[in-house]
Amino acid sequence: MTVTTADNTARAKGLTALANPTRFLALVRFVIWPLALATALAFAVGLWMSFSVPDDYQQGRTVRIMFVHVPSVWMAMGAYIVMVSGALGVLVWRHPLADVAARSAAPFGAAFTFLGLVTGSLWGEPMWGTWWVWDARLTSFLVLLIIYLGLIALWSAIEEPARSARLAAIVVLVGAINIPIIKFSVDWFTTLHQTASVVRMDGPALAPEFLYPLLVMALAFLLLFVTLHLAAMRNEILRRQIRTLQRKAARSARGGAA
Amino acid sequence: MIALLKRDIRLALRSGGGAATALLFYLAVVIAMPFAVGPNPELLATIGPATLWVGALLAGLLGLDRLFQADSEDGTLDQMLLSPVALPAQVFVKSLAHWLVTGLPLTLMVPVFAVFLALDGTAVAATMATLLAGTPAISFIGAVGAAVTVTLPRGGLLLSVLVLPLCIPVLIFGVGAVRGAMTEPDPFLPPFLLVAAISLFFAVIGPFAAALALRQSS
Amino acid sequence: MKLVADDIAVMRGEELVFSGISFAVENGGALVIRGENGAGKSTLLRALAGLLPLESGKIEIQNVEPEFGEAKVPELCHYLGAENAMKAAMSVGENLSFWQDFAGQPHHKIDEALELVGLAGLGDLPFGHLSTGQRRRISIARLLVSYRPIWLLDEPTSGLDAESARQFAGLMEAHLADDGIVAAATHIPLGLAAAEEFELTGVAE
Repeated sequence: MTVTTADNTARAKGLTALANPTRFLALVRFVIWPLALATALAFAVGLWMSFSVPDDYQQGRTVRIMFVHVPSVWMAMGAYIVMVSGALGVLVWRHPLADVAARSAAPFGAAFTFLGLVTGSLWGEPMWGTWWVWDARLTSFLVLLIIYLGLIALWSAIEEPARSARLAAIVVLVGAINIPIIKFSVDWFTTLHQTASVVRMDGPALAPEFLYPLLVMALAFLLLFVTLHLAAMRNEILRRQIRTLQRKAARSARGGAA
Repeated sequence: MIALLKRDIRLALRSGGGAATALLFYLAVVIAMPFAVGPNPELLATIGPATLWVGALLAGLLGLDRLFQADSEDGTLDQMLLSPVALPAQVFVKSLAHWLVTGLPLTLMVPVFAVFLALDGTAVAATMATLLAGTPAISFIGAVGAAVTVTLPRGGLLLSVLVLPLCIPVLIFGVGAVRGAMTEPDPFLPPFLLVAAISLFFAVIGPFAAALALRQSS
Repeated sequence: MKLVADDIAVMRGEELVFSGISFAVENGGALVIRGENGAGKSTLLRALAGLLPLESGKIEIQNVEPEFGEAKVPELCHYLGAENAMKAAMSVGENLSFWQDFAGQPHHKIDEALELVGLAGLGDLPFGHLSTGQRRRISIARLLVSYRPIWLLDEPTSGLDAESARQFAGLMEAHLADDGIVAAATHIPLGLAAAEEFELTGVAE
């Protein structure tokens, strides 16, 4: 009988983990400028459309905050989805780019969540007469922001990329399992506390003259996220390559065996 | 497995083990509250269960960073990884031991603290029931955080940041159930059952996620 | 029984610690892994124990005797790491009996094991009160309280005086005579009569 040490059969990863990122870098170099241009264009059109809509009969001019607020919130959630797929990529397929993707998405997710909260607050003040209510949406986004920031802290706390990748991926996934529970609990929390809520988002369905600018702005935000995310991934790859080179340099110096 | 449970409980109860410190911390939080909000008994009775819950949450997190760190430092973790017993099962036992020396005593201390916070019998019973059902979730969610931060020098701080948001549902339903028991129209049972469900859920998910994280630690 | 490493390579972080390493040890055989600091002795031993994943190659235990049945690697190996895996707050006896319960397959009694490492009668003392060398001997006693045919030892004699090291050599010889296998990483000669030596030289860039 023969026993093979558990989990010790060599992974088919090979020693050339950097081959793939090289192709990715070439791709980024090719698409980044067109994407940036498209982003700028979409923002120009979107902002122009946003400012040329008529004032809402109820909310007046402040309705235009929606054109920044709603896309931010969508992107805040989108970035988490990117992180979850990255986390799966790390744990299941052990793809070297997956962690780079997940890790680079976190700061943008946090930024969009923050933007969503700030614009929501700015919108809330004239609408509800207060900067903050413990409303379900606001509360769960605040929790989401804390999760994002905690993950960023975790990534930066562990120096070794391979290990931080897998550990952060576990937290990302546990967080993902938790988000529906948090959302549910917060919904329950707010219905318990304020039956006559000031927050009524489900007003009349959005009129087309508001819908089109919103969609264009959403596209602009999506393009912005994709552009920045690709650029951040490129930076992260380059940062890791520099790190590897630095370590090599340290090791090749006399007496520097790891 | 029983040996592991016995050893962890024994270690926690010995000097420097942290179980007594967590209880003292709990006491300190509960005592600090009346000084912060004033000694008005009615007000204290209103926020009493919430105070006990927040105190239990913080006290539960207090010792969690050492859950695997001590074992990692002295080489015990290597032996655990090499043990024929499945790692998630070992994590489960260790989390259970953590709960037995923190969550459970915290729950049993409630009648004593209730005197300070002017709580009546119903509130005491409801708080104890929800803490009994909810504190295991803190230990099991915390085990994931502890496993992830096991090799970090200041892991405890990061652990709290990672684990606290995930514990919010337990807090909401736990305090909600107590309020339900104390004030008439609100229900007690549904939120209480939700707390128990969350604990059970994480008793399953937590050990697997933590075991996965511990395997990355060597 | 035969412990075989076939062309193994291990990465630590992004760096290759070693590659292309092959050896085999059979019943009654000892392998001493030597090399300067940083050559990867501990890493190799951790990989043998299955604590580190292999980048390539294979580690196997072949021809497992029928009495071990379907045993998996952890049930066949003792791993003695650089740390002692003992709790300072518990007594020596409590520590050892915990490991006996935890590892299973009880072999020597606690008292016997303590006597074999020359620390008879210290069972009731807290582990934290012992000296460095005594602590190391207690963790050697851990190898004796549960039976494992393969011993993987990382600098087993660190902190031991000459007398204790000789005593430990005797324990290893007894284990080998009992058809056991010893693989040890060390830069101090262990005093084993017939040990194969394996020199780790680090990676050639």
